[in-house]
Formats: sequence, C-alpha cells, structure tokens
Amino acid sequence: MMPVEIYDFARAKFGEAVRDLHADPKKDKDPWFVVDADMVVSIATWFRDESILAFDWLECLTGTDHPDKNVIAVTIHLWSYARRHRAVFKLLLPRDAPVMPTLSWIWPCANWQERECFDLLGVRFEGHPDLRRILLPDDWVGHPLRKDFREAAHYHGIPTTRPAPLDLLKIGLTKREPTA
Amino acid sequence: MSEIVLERENGSEMILNLGPQHPSTHGVLRFIVHTDGEILRKAVPDVGYLHRSIEKIGERCTYQGFMPYTDRVDYLAAMFANEAWAMACEKLMGIPVPPRAQYLRAISCELNRIASHMIALGAMAMDIGAVTPFPYALREREAINDLIEELCGARLTYNYHRIGGVSFDFPKGWDTKVLRWLDTFEPTMDEFDRLITMNTIFVKRLAGVGVITKDEAIAYGLVGPNLRAAGLAWDLRKEDAYGVYGKLAFDVPIGTGKMGKLGDCWDRFNLRVDECRQSARILRQCFEQIGAWSENDLLGPLPKKMRPDGEAYARVESARGDMGCYVIGAGKDEPYRARFRTGSFNAMGIIEAKSAGLFIADLVALIASLDVVAPEIDR
Repeated sequence: MMPVEIYDFARAKFGEAVRDLHADPKKDKDPWFVVDADMVVSIATWFRDESILAFDWLECLTGTDHPDKNVIAVTIHLWSYARRHRAVFKLLLPRDAPVMPTLSWIWPCANWQERECFDLLGVRFEGHPDLRRILLPDDWVGHPLRKDFREAAHYHGIPTTRPAPLDLLKIGLTKREPTA
Repeated sequence: MSEIVLERENGSEMILNLGPQHPSTHGVLRFIVHTDGEILRKAVPDVGYLHRSIEKIGERCTYQGFMPYTDRVDYLAAMFANEAWAMACEKLMGIPVPPRAQYLRAISCELNRIASHMIALGAMAMDIGAVTPFPYALREREAINDLIEELCGARLTYNYHRIGGVSFDFPKGWDTKVLRWLDTFEPTMDEFDRLITMNTIFVKRLAGVGVITKDEAIAYGLVGPNLRAAGLAWDLRKEDAYGVYGKLAFDVPIGTGKMGKLGDCWDRFNLRVDECRQSARILRQCFEQIGAWSENDLLGPLPKKMRPDGEAYARVESARGDMGCYVIGAGKDEPYRARFRTGSFNAMGIIEAKSAGLFIADLVALIASLDVVAPEIDR
C-alpha cells in the first residue's frame, strides 16, 4: 500500500488519534503522520495484526529534540516483509516530561531501541521491562541528543576536554649563544 | 571490570563477567553471564564501551563533512556506512548518481563485503578453537585491503563515497588486478570449504546450535545474513535493487538446515561463504558492464549550497545486513538529526533471549555466528 492509503486506512479506523499527514514530495521523502501517545499501543497492535498492513518489523525507533516547538518527536519506521510497504509515524511528546507506552510487547526489537532512545533523549517508556541506560554509563548526567545538552567539564575526575595535540608538541628552542 | 565476581544467591547460580576484554567477544562487548555449572541461565549483554556519539557529531558537521565519521560506524565494512549516508542525503536533496559512480560503488562495496565476511568467518572459526583458517581468511582480506588502498588511498576507513557519487575513479589497470585476484580467490573459497566449512568436527560443533527461527529473526529485527540463514530470502540488493544491482545477476543464498536445523550457527557460517562467491560473481559482471574509462562521470549535479529541508530514510544491504540511515534537515548547513540503525545492535538484542539453556562455549559460537561488531552496536 502507498503511505497515503495506509494513512487513510488508519484514520478511518482511529479518527483523530491519527492525524497530520506530511506528504510534501519536496520535503518528506517518506511521508509521515502523527499518532496520539495515548492510543499508540492499540494503533501499533492493529498495524501488526491487520492482515492488509501486516507490519511485522519495527525497523527504526528514534527521537528528535525540537526545543523551539517544545516537543520531543519519537519517529517510528515500520516495515512489512509480507506486504513490502512502510509506514512512518511520529509521537509528539512534551519536552519537560516525554512519556509514551512501550512497544516492546508488540515488537521485541523495540526493547533495545527504546532503551537507546531513553538513554540519549530521556524519553520514558512506560511498562518497559528493563529501562536502563544502554550506551552511556549508568551514572551519566543528562541526555546528549537533546539540543541543549552541555557536557560536564569532568567525569569522575577525568577532564572531558584536552588541549589540542599540536599545542603539546610545540618545542621551545632556546637560542644558544655562540661560543668563543 | 574483567575480574571474576562470584555470587551465590539461588543455590548453584554463579554470576560471571565475560569480557569486555575477552578475545572471543569481538572487541569490547561484555556479557554478565548467569550460569549453573556449564549451562547458562541467561547472558545479559552490556554494550556501550565504544560509544562515540556519532549521531551527535553528525549534527555538528556539514553534510559532506560527516562522511569520514560514517567510516567509524563499522570499521570492518566502512563502505556501507558511507553508502547509507550518501544515499540518505541524495534522497533528501534529490541528487542523481551517474552510472559510472554507481558501478564504482557496487565494486567497492562488494570488495568490502568479501573483506568483512572473511573476518567474520575466520574469527568465528578461531573463537570456537580452529586457529588455522584465520590466516587464510586474513590473507584474502589483505589482498582486498591492498586493492582498496589503490582505489581510494585508505585501507580501513575509506571515506570513498561522496554525496552524489564517489571521490576517485580507479587507476588504469586496476580492474585487471582485481580480476586476477578473483581468479585466485574463487578456488581459495573451495579450499576454505574443504578446510573448515565441511570439516566434520566443525560441523558437529555448530550444527543445531543456537537455532533462530524465521519468526524470531523477524520479531527481534535480525537483518542480512542472520535473517537469510533463518530461511527468509530477503536481500535489499534484490528487493530495493538500488544502484546498479538491478542490472546484475546473482543469487540470494538462504539457510537450508543441511547439517542440523534451519537457522543454526552452521547455516549462518555457510551462508557467508556462499555470499562471498556471489560477491565475486557481482564483481565480474560490474567490470564487464562498467565500460571504457571516461572522465567527469563521478559526481552528480550537486546543489551550490546543501541546505535541505525535510527528512529521508535510506537503507543499504551492508555486510551485516540492512543498515538504515535517517536524516532530517532544517535548512541549515548541518543536518538537524542523523541516525544510523545498524544490524549488530538488533542482533545483540536477541542474545539475552536465546541464551537460556546454552552451554557457555555455545554462547561464544552464537555471538560469533551473528557477526556482531562492537563499533556498529555502540556507534
């Protein structure tokens, strides 16, 4: 199915919970739409189980920080091996408390991708079986993929910046007085 | 981090650290292994030792300037990350790639695929105790490194692809060199089969171990050789037919369960051997079709300023399977968001689910057969 057809099909079923199709061919090379965070579990389950859609693989789950709009957008790319089509949708979560239900019960591969999204963007996935940091150390402060992230000057006493290597290599030559 | 921690909570359960500096964990992977004697209760992977914030770096570079960093996403198969990034940007900005550049992309990628599979095969044999095949595999990889060095000047992190094409044409006479090497490589693979793939001890060691069914593979998002070994003939070079792959004839090998069960470790090993042969076949066709040496056919028409607005998702069939690249532009010189979705990351996710009931030694075989590479997991 084409992305527009998928959108119309989902909208006929879920109404306003599925909205705002972005399909400008100049900008949106993979058309996407917005899904309500409250409804995402039933929509995702339906996406997987409805035989015309049959999205059996959660291809990519990632987040983007938009401080100007005060949202964190969680983008989900679905792919269907059976039907060979793709759906892209986003959840627009408030930036101060980004929370959405986990999809790891629907697609097991969401488990790690959600942990990564939590680690790097601070999105909380309610009901996730094991929501810990995955790439960064457990005691890391902050979420680096947020646009306002500033790295601390030290991590456990280790400086996070260093002088440029070329500065360290500069050799001071002292002028030697001619003998005699 | 690597000292042994002993804990006794549930009777005879013992918690051990495997890695992060253990040679069989392919770089810096760490597993927290719960064992009962030799049997695993579970193995929990702990990743992130090689995290370099490549996605964050991407937000601070220009579109072209990010290309050398993409090499570091997967240093055993750097061409594919180059290609994924280039294809995502081309899709976003609508840049066509000239045919000669597309052939050069296919040639460089297939050479790189063989090199990466050689490491995977040699290292897997070595992990489970067969040291002899590793130098044979490295010898072939070394030849490829020399060839790629002549092509683009680098042996590991190539930075060869460009948005809209590639950076250099191959030097004169390089094609005959590659073809001459292929003439020796193909018999070597038959020798390799006799040496290890069909070796009775090796087959007995791997057949029926670490079976991953097709449904499990799809649910956990396994891609590439791991997915095909589970029995699904899914290759983006066939399905998407990107670049010139639509014009080339090649087969997609899938797992057969010939020695044990469908989707076992031996299937994954054998599949990579077959893929090397197919890559050699593709290379020969590419050199037949690429035609005479012509200049000014390496880069498509680029916009004067790369400041796209919008988003695109592109994917390529990397040596470790489907590698996706998602890029968002916001009308600036730098991308607003760059994201790599890699095969190894998902493959690590399945290990915890599959580990219960395995022998410790079989865990090593499972890790090796999934061909996970630490930088690709951690990025």
